[in-house]
Amino acid sequence: MKSRLRMLCSLAIITGLAMAAGLLAGCSQAKKEKVEEVKEPYKIGAIFAVTGRAAPLGEPEKETAEMLVAQINEAGGINGHKLELIVEDDEGDETKSLMAAKKLIEKDQVLAVVGTTTSGTTLAIMKTFEEAQTPLISCAASVKIVEPVNPWVFKTPQSDRDAVLKILDYLEAQGINKIAFINDSNAYGVSGKIEVEALAPQRGIEIVAKETFGGEDTDMTPQLTRIKGTKAQAVICWGTNPGPAIVARNMKQLKMSIPLIQSHGVANAKFIELAGDAAEGVLLPSGRLIVAEQLPDGHPQKQMLVDYKTAYTGKYNKPVSTFGGHAYDAIKILAGALERGGADKAKIRDEIENTKNFVGTAGVFNYSPEDHYGLDVSAFSMVGIKGGQWQLVSE
Amino acid sequence: MTITEQILQYVLSGLVMGSSYALIALGFTIIYNGTNIINFAQGEFVVIGSLLMVTMTEVYGLPMPLAFIIAVAGTALVAFALQRLAIHPLRNSNAMTLIIVTIGASIVLRGISMFIWGKDAYAMRHFSGEEPIEIFGATILPQSFWVFGITIAAVVLLQLFYRKTLMGKAMLATAVNKTAARLMGINVENVLLISFVVSGALGATAGIIIAPLNLAKYDAGVMLGLKGFCACILGGLGSSGGAIIGGILLGVIEALGAGLISSSYRDAIAFVILLLVLFVRPQGLAPLKEMMMGQEKQ
Repeated sequence: MKSRLRMLCSLAIITGLAMAAGLLAGCSQAKKEKVEEVKEPYKIGAIFAVTGRAAPLGEPEKETAEMLVAQINEAGGINGHKLELIVEDDEGDETKSLMAAKKLIEKDQVLAVVGTTTSGTTLAIMKTFEEAQTPLISCAASVKIVEPVNPWVFKTPQSDRDAVLKILDYLEAQGINKIAFINDSNAYGVSGKIEVEALAPQRGIEIVAKETFGGEDTDMTPQLTRIKGTKAQAVICWGTNPGPAIVARNMKQLKMSIPLIQSHGVANAKFIELAGDAAEGVLLPSGRLIVAEQLPDGHPQKQMLVDYKTAYTGKYNKPVSTFGGHAYDAIKILAGALERGGADKAKIRDEIENTKNFVGTAGVFNYSPEDHYGLDVSAFSMVGIKGGQWQLVSE
Repeated sequence: MTITEQILQYVLSGLVMGSSYALIALGFTIIYNGTNIINFAQGEFVVIGSLLMVTMTEVYGLPMPLAFIIAVAGTALVAFALQRLAIHPLRNSNAMTLIIVTIGASIVLRGISMFIWGKDAYAMRHFSGEEPIEIFGATILPQSFWVFGITIAAVVLLQLFYRKTLMGKAMLATAVNKTAARLMGINVENVLLISFVVSGALGATAGIIIAPLNLAKYDAGVMLGLKGFCACILGGLGSSGGAIIGGILLGVIEALGAGLISSSYRDAIAFVILLLVLFVRPQGLAPLKEMMMGQEKQ
């Protein structure tokens, strides 16, 4: 009996070691991609959740970053310097993120870092970057990353507040003044709830019902039944898949005819797939990447969005995601700063802060010493779902 | 919607969720009666069943009934393997060791599901039609009737199996007294194996009928398993009648609580009930084993 147990244990340990070895091999492979060049390369780091829970976000970020660096190097690099990108996987875990940050700063001596994928990990490593006086451009959304301003930390994704403002603009235009709010109980959902509770009353919009659901909840009919019993003229749902898709399905089941407005957290093809027919008519604020082709020809973002889409799909043979877009913006902003600032961390920081009218996937960025977020409500469009496809409703 | 209509809606929603809890709880009960262990991998059976069903229908395009049989059989096979590879070699250990083994097995099964199906949720077609039906102001999906119907059918089949087949009777006998059963010439090892297979099949059934309503996701088993366990305790551990009543009651209380009190406490309600029952009435609603055994004595 005991020998069997021991055998099982050793089997488990061997499997674990094998997996760890596989991971290490993967890492070292990434590091081997050095390019022969004359001038010293610019070393930059990236921390993404390539595996783990946030992998659907981190994977396209890593792929986009690698694609862009390859593009820049093919075009001759930055002022003759090739870019060398070192990617670390933090699995969306705060401790691993901190270890990766220390490694990049101390061992690899990178000039700046792009990432992380999730808000929690960025918040965990911000102080390290301030202490090491190294610029960090985060691909995570939380407003806490840029408020209060940490001089060394920037972010590229749109803030929840601007998404809420976009929805409120839309509601006002439709003459809707009573809404029901339902949110995921995770950090994203609660953040949306706080913003809506703060901003809606200012616009004279009353929240007549507040409901929540858990990330693993599988039936939201009780919450929606409650909403059905109120005078709400629209339901606003704040969460990440799959919960919001179940809300859409349950609303159809309960024959609720009031409009459902989702958040930018579900601006992905997965939501349409999960909600099926129930996705029909759902509205949400979103960046313009998913509706790039429908933008009018003169729109400043149109060309770059279509180019990014084509390049990414061509290289990885899968559709682009907003998250990859956040990495696109971060790398491009950093590349611009490197071009103007050279291999000096303090100058790079200043030049990131001086970034003006940069057209990115998330919107047009204007950083300043007081604003390390750089976007406003204009970063969002209202998008609807029609025939299983995204439809631009209003710019 | 008036308050009565709302309550009717909560009860209907609760009955649907409750039916799946009941089937999961029944799975717990069968294994508990055979081996005296709580199989914490029960929730994974549910998930594997639903994900297999999604693969069979959406990827291979098999007709529903065939896909249903394959998914149930596939999950039963997983349960078979679990018993042979993880439980059987340790059969002489105490129950606590085996319970911990099932926890480990649940983590392994979840990991394997994640590797095979990925981290995304999957949508599944309804068995027939998606147009909601109105009943006195409340609405219900046709799928819900499938859930009720198949749950009832599974319970009836299980009772027939217990009463009419030799194997079923052997399982009951083993549940009452393992040593006596062995002395009567019953192959107890086989009985234990069959109880895993049957409970795997029941878990898969629960997963499959509920998947069109709830989506199928690799990590949904944790919560479903815990809810099923709560239902077991509520109904009285070891009683199959109790498991069914406990499951349905839990589903309805949960829905009413979420609707009438606050949806924030939805999951808390199940666990508060679990604690209350353990404090106040540890034997559950049905006195231990009486319901199932009582019927058998007649």
